Amino acid sequence: MSATEVLQSGAGCTSQQLFDCRDAYIRALEEMAADDPRVCAVANDSVSSAKLKGFRAKFPDRFVNVGIAEQNMVGVGAGLANGGMIPYVCGAACFLTARAMEQVKVDLAYSKSNVKLCGMSPGMAYGQLGSTHHSIEDLAWTRVLPNLAVVVPADPIETAAAMRYSKVHEGPMYLRISRMPVPRVHGDDYEFKFGKAVLLRQGSDVTLMATGVLVSRALQAASALAARGISARVLNVSTIKPLDEEAILDAARTTRAIVTAEEAFARGGLGGAVAELLVQNHPVPMRILGVPDSFPPTGSAEFLMEHLGLSAAGIENAALDLLKDKR
Amino acid sequence: MTKSLNGVGMDQDSPGKLKQEANWIRLSAMTMTHNAQLGHTGGDLSSADILAVLYFGGVLRVDPSQPNWPQRDRFVLSKGHCSGAFYSALAARGFFPPAQLKTHMEPLSMLNGHPDRNKLPGVEANTGPLGHGLPIAVGAALAARMRKESWRVFVLTGDGELQEGSNWEAAMTAQHYGLDNLTVIVDRNRIQQGDFTENTIRMEPLAARWSAFGFAVDEVDGHDPAGLLDRFSHLPIQPGKPSCIIANTVKGKGFSLAENQPAWHHGVPDHEQLAAAAVELGMEVGW
Repeated sequence: MSATEVLQSGAGCTSQQLFDCRDAYIRALEEMAADDPRVCAVANDSVSSAKLKGFRAKFPDRFVNVGIAEQNMVGVGAGLANGGMIPYVCGAACFLTARAMEQVKVDLAYSKSNVKLCGMSPGMAYGQLGSTHHSIEDLAWTRVLPNLAVVVPADPIETAAAMRYSKVHEGPMYLRISRMPVPRVHGDDYEFKFGKAVLLRQGSDVTLMATGVLVSRALQAASALAARGISARVLNVSTIKPLDEEAILDAARTTRAIVTAEEAFARGGLGGAVAELLVQNHPVPMRILGVPDSFPPTGSAEFLMEHLGLSAAGIENAALDLLKDKR
Repeated sequence: MTKSLNGVGMDQDSPGKLKQEANWIRLSAMTMTHNAQLGHTGGDLSSADILAVLYFGGVLRVDPSQPNWPQRDRFVLSKGHCSGAFYSALAARGFFPPAQLKTHMEPLSMLNGHPDRNKLPGVEANTGPLGHGLPIAVGAALAARMRKESWRVFVLTGDGELQEGSNWEAAMTAQHYGLDNLTVIVDRNRIQQGDFTENTIRMEPLAARWSAFGFAVDEVDGHDPAGLLDRFSHLPIQPGKPSCIIANTVKGKGFSLAENQPAWHHGVPDHEQLAAAAVELGMEVGW
């Protein structure tokens, strides 16, 4: 199914089957390494979690395992870039960002180092392991840094496309690579356009702006809203930074309300970015769906998403609530 | 006193000349600190001989006319607060006009209090927070190896700085990958911001620690150009191992009032003190 067909059909997701986006990420990384001798990978012990076993076997001279040492890992990435390589620094998002935040700020963002950070299994993918292993702060932390691009692919097709783009992107980038299974939401002909939100469904009453694993849920919510006679636009905001201000302002001007949804704290992430833009330019009623201001309870990823309303029903209800306010 | 030699493989200055160049760096750094009323006099002065030997002793293969020459040796100043000495060495070596040193820390200057590689040619890494230089140097050394290129990587750290754990993470990586194209130079002046290192967190036995982390280690007098030159001319210390050179120095070296005084870590010389330093260093304040 092509992207245009998806958009026209309004059917939402383009696959029944669910995918772990890490598979698409590693396929793309290995293909790029085969094509370009500058591509290398840096790991922090968790070679399996980052799906790097095949990379290590195929490109042993371009694979660095620094052990359990994230500060060093990000600094090593900056040095590799200084030496003319294009390093992909791959580790669990929770440790890669939180543990190495000063290196991300200074060695990458401030220095404009050509390093790609692949934050694996972000959000609440590690479910029951608890808040130590959740990465729901990362969108707020990374998007405040100048020069650092922040990209959250929604499905395996976009993951592969964003990975391929990242190699030609000059400068540091944080890619959030989902582990939580998601259906495809893009067609096979999808082209990643850095800094552009993707219009997945046209609509005129409300705009649902989602990122990452919430995009398929937003599409499902739009279908449910359509059954109630409500026309919901769906934007996949995969580039969190730089934000597609044009698409967001257009949504604010042409639909009556906006719901944002992300697998991250509701403060400081996508919703925060959209609110910062709109409140200064074109304020409209908004709901920001994400993790509220407390560490989540124990539970599987699936349980926590439902529990916190990060679901199609949660998005649908937020939209209904907003439109009710407007009446 | 400034010289601008383009091209690599520059002549190796004599030890006597290197001492003069180091003293020029000292007085320049102190003048900059006096001018800005901000700076790190103690560490600028302790590191001046090391910088002079690296940049004027024919050690670093760098080319000021092409600061991003891919085959250059990389020098990372991990103790980024000693930018006064570093900038003076870079200017003297021809990376930018020495007159630009007068803008140190002025509004919109390219000479930030801590080095910014996007503002100034010759700077390899943005440093300031401690413990960042060695991981970056390790990454660069790995890049040279991946690319099968012969350039080398030098990193100058403080001694108190080694309290940051990231250094030891990086040291383990350097050892594991046998990075003998990497040389760590420790400016062992024994003083950190608050006190003597040994009163703060004991750093000894420092050489044994580096050795235990798999480095080939040597200790030298960090104020003896001839000894530094000899050491830097014979690297790696041991093939297959990263090198660590502990340069024993005196914080504030060359200005007797500041020597070995913790208060001079970021002490700022007043006009009379600057004049007194110039007399001690045997040269005139340039501006």
